[in-house]
Amino acid sequence: MSDDVCLSVRDLSIGFHSGGREHLAVDRISFDIVKGECLALVGESGSGKSATALSILRLLPYPTAFHPSGVINFHGRDLLKLSEREMRQVRGDDITIVFQEPMTSLNPLHTIEKQIGEILLLHRGLTGKPARERTIEVLTQVGIPDPATRLKSYPHQLSGGQRQRVMIAMALANEPDLLIADEPTTALDVTVQAQIIALLKDIQSRLHMSLLFITHDLGIVRKIAQRVCVMKDGKIVEHGPVERVFSAPAHPYTQALMGAEPRPDPAPPRPEAPVLLKTEDLKVWFPITRGLMRKTVGYVKACDGLSVELRKGETLGVVGESGSGKSTLGRAILRLISSDGPIAFMGSNLQGLTFKEMRPHRHDMQIVFQDPYGSLSPRMSVAEIVKEGLKVHQPDMSNKERDERVVQVLRDVGLDPEMRFRFPHEFSGGQRQRIAVARALVLEPSFIVLDEPTSALDMVIQAQMVDLLRDLQKRHNLTYLFISHDLRVVAALASRLLVMRHGCVVEAGEAAELFRNPKTDYTRALFAAAFNLDTAPEGVVEQ
Amino acid sequence: MDVKTLPHGVGDGIEPGIPPELKPDAEPAGPLGLSGLPRRGFEFSPLNARRWRNFKANRRGYWSLWIFLVLFVVSLFAEFIANDKPLFIHFDGKTYFPVFFTYPDTEFGDDLGTAADYRDPHLQKFLDEHNAIEIWAPIRFSYNTINDNPPSAFPSKPTWMLTTADCDFAAKNGYAKCGTLEYNWAGTDDQGRDVLARMIYGFRISVLFGLALTIVSSVIGVAAGAVQGYFGGWTDLLFQRFIEIWTSVPELYLLLIISSVLVPGFFVLLGILLLFSWVRLVGLVRAEFLRGRNFEYIQAARALGVSNKVIMFRHLLPNAMVATMTFLPFIMSSSVMTLTALDFLGFGLPPGSPSLGELLSQAKANVQAPWLGLAGFFTVALMLSLLIFVGEAVRDAFDPRKTFA
Repeated sequence: MSDDVCLSVRDLSIGFHSGGREHLAVDRISFDIVKGECLALVGESGSGKSATALSILRLLPYPTAFHPSGVINFHGRDLLKLSEREMRQVRGDDITIVFQEPMTSLNPLHTIEKQIGEILLLHRGLTGKPARERTIEVLTQVGIPDPATRLKSYPHQLSGGQRQRVMIAMALANEPDLLIADEPTTALDVTVQAQIIALLKDIQSRLHMSLLFITHDLGIVRKIAQRVCVMKDGKIVEHGPVERVFSAPAHPYTQALMGAEPRPDPAPPRPEAPVLLKTEDLKVWFPITRGLMRKTVGYVKACDGLSVELRKGETLGVVGESGSGKSTLGRAILRLISSDGPIAFMGSNLQGLTFKEMRPHRHDMQIVFQDPYGSLSPRMSVAEIVKEGLKVHQPDMSNKERDERVVQVLRDVGLDPEMRFRFPHEFSGGQRQRIAVARALVLEPSFIVLDEPTSALDMVIQAQMVDLLRDLQKRHNLTYLFISHDLRVVAALASRLLVMRHGCVVEAGEAAELFRNPKTDYTRALFAAAFNLDTAPEGVVEQ
Repeated sequence: MDVKTLPHGVGDGIEPGIPPELKPDAEPAGPLGLSGLPRRGFEFSPLNARRWRNFKANRRGYWSLWIFLVLFVVSLFAEFIANDKPLFIHFDGKTYFPVFFTYPDTEFGDDLGTAADYRDPHLQKFLDEHNAIEIWAPIRFSYNTINDNPPSAFPSKPTWMLTTADCDFAAKNGYAKCGTLEYNWAGTDDQGRDVLARMIYGFRISVLFGLALTIVSSVIGVAAGAVQGYFGGWTDLLFQRFIEIWTSVPELYLLLIISSVLVPGFFVLLGILLLFSWVRLVGLVRAEFLRGRNFEYIQAARALGVSNKVIMFRHLLPNAMVATMTFLPFIMSSSVMTLTALDFLGFGLPPGSPSLGELLSQAKANVQAPWLGLAGFFTVALMLSLLIFVGEAVRDAFDPRKTFA
């Protein structure tokens, strides 16, 4: 072991007590991080990568968590054996961490100056003017524009990307030897993600600091890391230099992971097919009210004059950053939220229909949501969940016929029908999403809104889901409105594309053409960030 | 991509005949192994099974529940434990069940034609002479039976506490002789009624009252909270303001005024207390519904065209029930407490009813007779403590973050 090893983990195991039993989350893993290098820890959710990161700083919920074995050697000391007081010296000074969720990792009641100042005070005793100078210095380093005026800002006044920059600034304030980044870009939009990755890379090389980067996204690994450890079920199944692992993965799991890119094979556009859905100048405006009498002083324009046309058998991909109004569009079309402007669906105008009048149309239009955990009622069995729509739309159907339909549709989405008496929590994320698709499919709809159906899934499962959706589309001649921020998935499915920003359409057209030849700067920046993690020139996208 | 290269565990246990790319991802670790079996009605769902385990892990709450249930069930059969009528008489070739039916005393050789008083010495003598078989309850007093043969002026001591001095005093002053006494295990109150019998009946009426009040006010409270939370907007706004005004009405004064106008009985009291007790759950249930109505599975149900009523009942109510269940034992104990307090003040159940509050107020008036106060105190304290212990255990069992090692 050479001198320039910054952190060395040997035989680290992490166990958790739960319900009187113990289970092992991480099983005897070992890795080194050399000074000035970036090591990436990749794996799907539940593989133990975050637990590993947290255990380095001993931030796990002890004593629920425990270490059956292992040494974490940092500058000649075993971090697992330090007292809580000595550990506090290490945290925030020698080793710092940036978490995934910028919304909740900053204290909403403290200004930026106070948040960063606190760390400077704790570890360096800096207060007053020197502390402020150092704060401005690190804020400049992380690329916050005009940092001096930002000092008095509260977290809610910053965008998600800026918040993550502040988190990084806090982590950098004391010039740590090791920065742990635990999925720092997962909650961010693609364009912002590209900026943050570029920033981390730049800072790491400038300060010659070590970086432990935890992610599930292989694109990021390729962009930022020199070496990579692939984790699966608490074990490191493969590790090595990034180029080697990517070009010649040895372990079957790594190979599966590398091959997990969704296969692009979208349904072709069908200009000759009948128009299934058409909106004209669709508006969803939320009033902003002020004062005692709640007078409307303005509107938040979530969707501002959208004209969408969808032909039978096509997939319209709707892409855009968070807050661009793409989910709102989907829900407005299904009349789950109120809107203005005609919605022509299979020859009738849905706008203005009451909930009761909408009911006959609902079996033709269905929705699948993003969160496989939140979209299934936890207290109903799978059969009950799938059956519910049938009870509403075909009340005369006998129980036996309903059951047959459920079995058939579960087979359709690739689930064992014998599983229909189980409850949602007994299923994995991908299986739950299949159940959600089955619930939509059981009514034999012609149109399905897919609201980020793959975003919460691991890479391998994402690809399977895309294949399933495509297969179902072919078999049942379905029409999809596919909403996603993940352009790779959209590219795999969409026949036509709609790029949204701030509630308006930036660009629309046939997907293949648009991907090849984007017309606006914004679309170009979006594609560059999504496919190559490249940052856009100043001013095209926001921080 | 090719899924066939996936390592173990991925794509196991699925239907044959499905194209490989459609195989679902990893098989979940089904701890119950119940995969193919439909659940039968009486089986707990895994979640509830976990809760029941957690509840049992709290030994104090678990035993409290059993003790409470035993006491409650036993008190439900109070007529078979403390009664001034025999349970069964076999006399003159005929069988009688005085505990269920009222027989005129002409059946037993008297000639008044009124309901038979089985404690009457004449009737007893008559039955004895005719070799009748009688089965009595262990305690031969009902809650309103007056002991005609006391060892002292009322309230009289528990019989086992009588000293020789007491016996001498009784003999001298024309009270019953010590050897001939019927046992009053907890003494009598100031009207000569057996305290133990009143404790048993009082426990029963308190628990039944508490249970009734809890159930009715929960049903109303949950319904009101559900409507407010689900519909939100103006419904919620108006309802909330109404509840704010309603809860600021001085409850106790109003109760006193109403109960002095209406003749207080079990159901009148229930109604009066209900006026105010239903609000307790509203806020809780409203919050649960407000939170729940934005869940994606509620949105999905709306997209399916499921009606509001069904969504509220089938999807949202089960979520709100957790919070409600947690509160129930506490609501029940406070209902019992309110009834006892009203009885104590003399605004509760009508005179003569077996009420623990009345027992306590008698104890206040007769400080020389500590058995009254002790009996009342122990009954109320036991009942409330058991309910609170059960409540704590239920609360912890429903807490998903609580771990029981």
